[in-house]
Amino acid sequence: MKRLVALVLFCIAAVAWAHKPSDSYLTLERNDAAIRGQWDIALRDLDNALGLDANGDGEITWGEVRARHADIIAYALARLEVAAGGTACPLRVDEQLIDQHSDGAYAVLKLAGVCPQPGPALAVGYRLFFDLDPMHRGLLQYVEAGHNHSVIFSAEASAQTLGTGTAWDQLAAYVHEGVWHIWLGFDHILFLLSLLLPAVLLRRGGSWQPAASFRAAFIDVAKIVTAFTIAHSITLSLAALGLVALPSRWIESAIALSVVLAAINNVFPVVSHGRWLAAFGFGLIHGFGFASALKDLGLPTGSLALSLFGFNVGVELGQLAIVCAFLPLAFALRATWAYRRVVLAGGSVLIAAIAGVWLVERAFDLRLITG
Amino acid sequence: MASVLRLGVWLISFIVAAGSVAAKPFIPADDAQVLERLPEKTNPSLAELKRLRSTLAKNPHDLALAAKLARRAIEAARETGDPRFFGQAQAALAPWWNSPEPPPAALLLRATLKQSTHDFAGALADLDKLIAARPGDGQALLTRATVLTVQGRYAEARADCTRIARRAVPLVSAACEAAPASLSGDAEQAYRSLIDALARAPGVDAGLREWALTLAGEIAQRRGDAASAEAHFREALALDPRDPYLLATYADFLLDRNRAADVVPLIKDATKNDNLLLRLALAAQRLPQMRAAFETYRADLAARFDAARRRGDSLHQREEARFTLAIVGDAGAALKLARENWKAQKEPADLRILLEAAVAANDTATLKQASEWAAANRLQDASLLPLMGKRS
Repeated sequence: MKRLVALVLFCIAAVAWAHKPSDSYLTLERNDAAIRGQWDIALRDLDNALGLDANGDGEITWGEVRARHADIIAYALARLEVAAGGTACPLRVDEQLIDQHSDGAYAVLKLAGVCPQPGPALAVGYRLFFDLDPMHRGLLQYVEAGHNHSVIFSAEASAQTLGTGTAWDQLAAYVHEGVWHIWLGFDHILFLLSLLLPAVLLRRGGSWQPAASFRAAFIDVAKIVTAFTIAHSITLSLAALGLVALPSRWIESAIALSVVLAAINNVFPVVSHGRWLAAFGFGLIHGFGFASALKDLGLPTGSLALSLFGFNVGVELGQLAIVCAFLPLAFALRATWAYRRVVLAGGSVLIAAIAGVWLVERAFDLRLITG
Repeated sequence: MASVLRLGVWLISFIVAAGSVAAKPFIPADDAQVLERLPEKTNPSLAELKRLRSTLAKNPHDLALAAKLARRAIEAARETGDPRFFGQAQAALAPWWNSPEPPPAALLLRATLKQSTHDFAGALADLDKLIAARPGDGQALLTRATVLTVQGRYAEARADCTRIARRAVPLVSAACEAAPASLSGDAEQAYRSLIDALARAPGVDAGLREWALTLAGEIAQRRGDAASAEAHFREALALDPRDPYLLATYADFLLDRNRAADVVPLIKDATKNDNLLLRLALAAQRLPQMRAAFETYRADLAARFDAARRRGDSLHQREEARFTLAIVGDAGAALKLARENWKAQKEPADLRILLEAAVAANDTATLKQASEWAAANRLQDASLLPLMGKRS
């Protein structure tokens, strides 16, 4: 026996891999929320996992396959996860057929599903047969907007995120997501507003005076926005590329705290001239917040840098739009009593109150008033 | 006449099979329709492997059982050429697969599997570790000698064979030594020792004898002694008519001697094996009566190489280079594949396809490089001489 084993091991170099190895062929096509697809899985591999050959005669008949249709569906679907926008897209099998590939017969599962949450990328997790045959591969053909991507799933790379269409579509989709993220992310807007509200004023001898020129106000705003942008770009990139990871509860609480502090500073000024420094420091924290939103969207494996860049550009554009709407209006109103008392003081108190509630909610994982 | 008739019968069966390859997904009409024949249908011992796997599933950390299963699966891969069995072996070793210090039994099997995926560096690292811990482990030394030989590191391989000379059956140590020695200037002496050892061990295990005879046939073939080579191959075939390695080697021998018609009956049923299908296609290419079958083989091979590329494999480059050169007729692409393959492995067959592709593509630099490698190793191979003679 020992000798025989030696022989087997000795001979192995010469004979490896003469057959086609175990592969499954998956096609997924996304059309807005709808997913359609086809999954070809070798009957030999399904037999290996589920024992299709009921009578043990070494032959798999159509009757034997048909009797196990429900098991095949349950087994396969439990090993394929598709998600968009951080939410799963449940799949179902509409029909089961048979196809002949160059190496034998395959079960053909016709897939369909709906993604409840839109998103610029599709996250696919594939785990079929890796426990039984780590050399198995899942070969995915992903079609969206008329474009084809080929993706190989292996035991080492079982989760991948797929982008849309061309590189240009991809960039546009992430710019769009970035803009919406800042517009819908009230904490970022309130933080920015808290820093911008005093930009059209000057602190002189313990009271607020209107800024002398639009140019001076513009420069102040530009300094704040630039500092915030540079800071959050740094941490967004570091976190999105997986170089730095911080607990999200900690980050979300710190973002809420940054809003509270920035707003209170307008009512009881401590920092008046170096607000851009505060924008930079707290911007580092906001960048981690952007990164967790981006993580939910998913960064396509093939175009990670491009998508990250697009998202960042989107955040800046969204921010710039807010500034463009704010600055002329605030500059025009800067000399009024209402601006200083109602908008600056009242607004800041309101912002601090809202952010204070967020802070308590996030730090203690509670639900008080917000969703 | 009878053989022509037989040829006709299975020619028809191939045309029928070819028709189904390109079919669309369908729902079979009849429950009794057989869709797939499992390998245990023709090889009942594989059913035992299935049973072992279900036993191991209940206790996956049982090393003795896992090692037994892995060994049996590797053996099945050798018998059938089917890499799914390598995958099953790897799955059995899962608890120890990524461990830095696995137990010796797992380490040896892991090295063997790494070698099967052409991870030669990983295999050697595992074997070095194993041999450092157990310097007298004959199996580990034998396996390392094989990996080193495939890589063209003959001196190191021969050193390992010397170390096991005292521990193994004389035929094993003679064969261990003969493989690298015959490729590095000592073909005649290696051949004599191997033939001697074969003569002195008539009652040895049939599998071991078959393998030693195959090796003897290969050495005789390289020495230009076709009559002896054929005698060894035939004797080996009598012991195991289904060994895919032996069949491929013998088919190549016949193809080299323009005996394509003899290749066909030898491997006509082995179309699931890519290596044998390639030989069958090369034979059919030369037989006018097999035009239709040839087209099927060619399409099947192209589909399989394409499938391998899609999964990111580079394990078939030698065969793909041969296919690309001899069947597709694209010398440039064949040369590219042959050069990539040459980086990974350096067996005589790897050198041969490199030379053939270089000659066809008129790449004198590669031709010079390959010829120099052969000269530096004092490689004796009659089939390479005309190719190297074309060096300008």
